[in-house]
Amino acid sequence: MIAPGALLSARGLALSFGRIVALRDAAMDIWPGEVLAIVGESGSGKTTLLNVLSGNVRPDGGTVAYRSGSGAVVDVHAMPAPALRALHRSEWGFVQQDPRRNLRMNVSAGGNVGERLMAQGARHYGNIRDEAARWLETVEIDASRIDDLPRTFSGGMLQRLQIARTLVTRPSLVFMDEPTGGLDVSVQARLLDLIRSLVARLHIAVVLVTHDIAVARLLADRIMVMQNGSVIETGLTDQVLDDPHHPYTQLLVSSVLAA
Amino acid sequence: MSTVAIQAEALAKDFVLHLQGGLRIPVLSEIGLSVHAGECVALAGPSGAGKSTLMRSLYGNYLTDSGSILVRHRGAMVDIAVADPRTVIAVRRETLGYVSQFLRVVPRVAARDVVAEVLIARGTPEAEARGRASELLLRLNIPSRLHGLPPATFSGGEQQRVNLARGFIGGHPILLLDEPTASLDVANASVVAGMIEEAKARGTAIVGIFHDLDIRDRVADRLFHVAPIQEAA
Repeated sequence: MIAPGALLSARGLALSFGRIVALRDAAMDIWPGEVLAIVGESGSGKTTLLNVLSGNVRPDGGTVAYRSGSGAVVDVHAMPAPALRALHRSEWGFVQQDPRRNLRMNVSAGGNVGERLMAQGARHYGNIRDEAARWLETVEIDASRIDDLPRTFSGGMLQRLQIARTLVTRPSLVFMDEPTGGLDVSVQARLLDLIRSLVARLHIAVVLVTHDIAVARLLADRIMVMQNGSVIETGLTDQVLDDPHHPYTQLLVSSVLAA
Repeated sequence: MSTVAIQAEALAKDFVLHLQGGLRIPVLSEIGLSVHAGECVALAGPSGAGKSTLMRSLYGNYLTDSGSILVRHRGAMVDIAVADPRTVIAVRRETLGYVSQFLRVVPRVAARDVVAEVLIARGTPEAEARGRASELLLRLNIPSRLHGLPPATFSGGEQQRVNLARGFIGGHPILLLDEPTASLDVANASVVAGMIEEAKARGTAIVGIFHDLDIRDRVADRLFHVAPIQEAA
């Protein structure tokens, strides 16, 4: 079950951890090139939803369908594990809040970027290195740092390196879990601007989990608000944030401090 | 008579404040408004009557409770009041422009790019889009040395002019203008009035809120009165 033209569609997702309901009849669609934000407080189920959408956590019920680059529609939770891993290495990307979960800390910055290309079959060392250098500059890391280990990088640089590693294979769909969480505000602004321009230029669809309404407003075309495992309000980002209808969304929007 | 560009029928909107015990505030009721290509309609009415609410509803920024908002988009009428978000985004990209009272600044994005973005989103090559953005900023008396800077540090009037450049650069067939000259001096307000007149001559349908009555009288073809809803007894 996939919506017409959609890249990824989920229907009726349910998941409980013991007596705790993490997802209750959750549904979503994302189309090519659009940014969808999932917002809600901690414990609302937004990260669980991201993990279920990306095939990393299996739901108790419901389906996730993906339209691959070849046009075939696949059931994400019925795929053999190797096929899902191949998808994660090629057409999909996952940006973690903690870049250390995705980066190999004992491999050079250039190696971290080049590795994704090699996993896709690139073999020419010179080309891979050139492409890695280009991507480091794209994410505003000086190419002279190409042979340095990530452990010598600041938190903001690590996050930008993770983004280079993720986008180097030109994925069509990227999952992001609080990509700016834990960074200084000035570093956040730079990262947000980078994500915003890269996503638009490369026409990447993004499912973005954030608890930060301002981040959602800046990046997302559409927004989904979650509470207690349920999707309680969805719509155009500026409409939901400027004219929220659900009591919880009104609380969420009114709780933001204006700078 | 030229074609209808935007038409609201039997529009109604209440705000329900759940944090105030579900207090219901009716703001719009039985609004019927149609604007033709090349026509400028000024919304009139006392402060709090719902002029901005109507404007935001026309843009799809506020969700109306009943009625329709038909917008001529690619030759067909699309009902903004019930269209799905992706359709609203497409209508805004090509057809329906909006100039808000305040620029929402994005950190680190230069004034020129804030303006050029509108064209780039439609596929205009970046260099051409930036060139046209600079021209428009110059026309609005934003000097070249500021074009490469993010508008966060600009004065209120400068930010308003960046916002206007962003609103006008796309040549949208329908433009919604919420106090476009509110923080501008007389000379800059006159530049904006000239831009509105040119847009009308090109066939743009305009709905505006103008506190500056000189500007309003210069650009508006007629007034549309928005009356406050009587409190229910």
